[in-house]
Amino acid sequence: MKTIYLDHSATTPALPEVVQTMIPYLREQYGNASSIYRIGRESRKSVEEARRQVANLIGAEPEEIFFTSGGTEADNMAIFGVVAACGEKGKHIITTRMEHHAILHPCEQLEKRGYDVTYLNPDPKGLLRVEDIKKAIRADTFLISIMHVNNEVGTIQPIEEIGLIAREKGIIFHTDAVQSVGKIPVDVKKLGVDLMSLSAHKIYGPKGIGALFIRRNTTIDPFIFGGGQERKRRPGTENVPGIVGFGKAAEIAQRDLPADMERITYLRDKLIDGILSSIPYTQLNGDRQKRIPNNANFSFRFVEGESLLLMLDMKNIAASSGSACTSGSTDPSHVLLAMGIPFEIAFGSLRFTLGKENTEEDIDYVLKVLPLIVERLRAMSPTTIQGQNGGDNKKEGTLCTTR
Amino acid sequence: MYNEIIMDHFQNPRNVGESSRKDGVGQVGSPVCGDTTMIYLDIEESRIQDIKFKTLGCAAAIASSSMLTEMVKGKTLEEAKRVSTQDIVSALGGLPEAKVHCSVLAGDALKAAIEDYEKKQNKE
Repeated sequence: MKTIYLDHSATTPALPEVVQTMIPYLREQYGNASSIYRIGRESRKSVEEARRQVANLIGAEPEEIFFTSGGTEADNMAIFGVVAACGEKGKHIITTRMEHHAILHPCEQLEKRGYDVTYLNPDPKGLLRVEDIKKAIRADTFLISIMHVNNEVGTIQPIEEIGLIAREKGIIFHTDAVQSVGKIPVDVKKLGVDLMSLSAHKIYGPKGIGALFIRRNTTIDPFIFGGGQERKRRPGTENVPGIVGFGKAAEIAQRDLPADMERITYLRDKLIDGILSSIPYTQLNGDRQKRIPNNANFSFRFVEGESLLLMLDMKNIAASSGSACTSGSTDPSHVLLAMGIPFEIAFGSLRFTLGKENTEEDIDYVLKVLPLIVERLRAMSPTTIQGQNGGDNKKEGTLCTTR
Repeated sequence: MYNEIIMDHFQNPRNVGESSRKDGVGQVGSPVCGDTTMIYLDIEESRIQDIKFKTLGCAAAIASSSMLTEMVKGKTLEEAKRVSTQDIVSALGGLPEAKVHCSVLAGDALKAAIEDYEKKQNKE
């Protein structure tokens, strides 16, 4: 039986056209893009063509695109690059508690080095309040990093408004856009960002390739050193097959965006409505309107996320859960907790992220299977509906009553 | 991540539910991960005649509870008390390191149920 893949925010399958575009660069067109002979020059030409394709997708100039090994490297390059270039001018960074770990962990490193970081909480719908950002700005704030779209709940943050504030105050503004590009229209000029992280494998391109958009005249230093590639900002022999694949994926994303948005929104809404109406004690996490077309994130009371995922897997459905019971301490999703969602509700969260290849039959199948799975796990669960009336909304530990 | 024994106990958990007499009941929750396990015992002449469980938790927690019920059913209370977390993990054919804490709950819930039973006995 085929896998019903509903985890497109984790990764996407590379499109056949993308793969076809890449293959020659692994075989006969293997030239180093820095070499002056013909196969080198051909690689260079293809890299620059891809740069143009990626730039087009986000309304940037090609020379503002710097290829990296992926979204995580782009995030690190943005944070540490800005710190290296203007660290002496400021001590304070503003970000959010709902960021990806590729932002949170670099910020934690900087705190160890003596920087101050303000982590803003989103509201219960998973949206940042622009007011909170205004209030957090200090005289020594030199960098704001806020994701465009949250990876777990899919909420779209008010980047444009934040961009205006950052510009007015002369603060460098970075956004991690790996979850928004290719899903909604993204324009760096409109958003007013100085730096933007991108990833190819989230838009049906290959893994191991991404980019950082750096607006012209942005104060940023390299954070790795080597050869002169990417105009010395990101040294290292170019990943030509990856870059070419990324370019093709960007071109297709731009071409298909309006149609994909419409079709995927329809399927996603069918999924949300179907689940909320057929499974009691269920909530949708994240704002219903201000979210990307492909995201549906639910919390089911009285069940645990990993059990749900494994049961779905047995039915050939691939989804994801913010709560992962690993490494000795289950953190239910840091994003849901930052939104103020109680521990016991965050505990049973499940994320479906739809994609190009999903069909209405896929959604119908999930709607048939999921209610039975939840019912089965609830029948096994010692905490029952009574918790709903009684001690609700207690934080951590509600489920941890001993004896 | 999980071996076949664990997946089998997760997919087809043994002894789920509540026992008929509930001579001893134990409920334990893990403050680190939010899992909860409840064990119900029917006891006849210091021997576990029936045991049932309910677990809210990950696959490792469910499989551990299920395995434990099989291991102690029919045993005397003294024998059952001697079953350790390590015994459960071994019977499951091993758990990923990060998941071992999930198996602690089952053993603790059993001990709590036995204590509950013994407390009730002393009162009578």
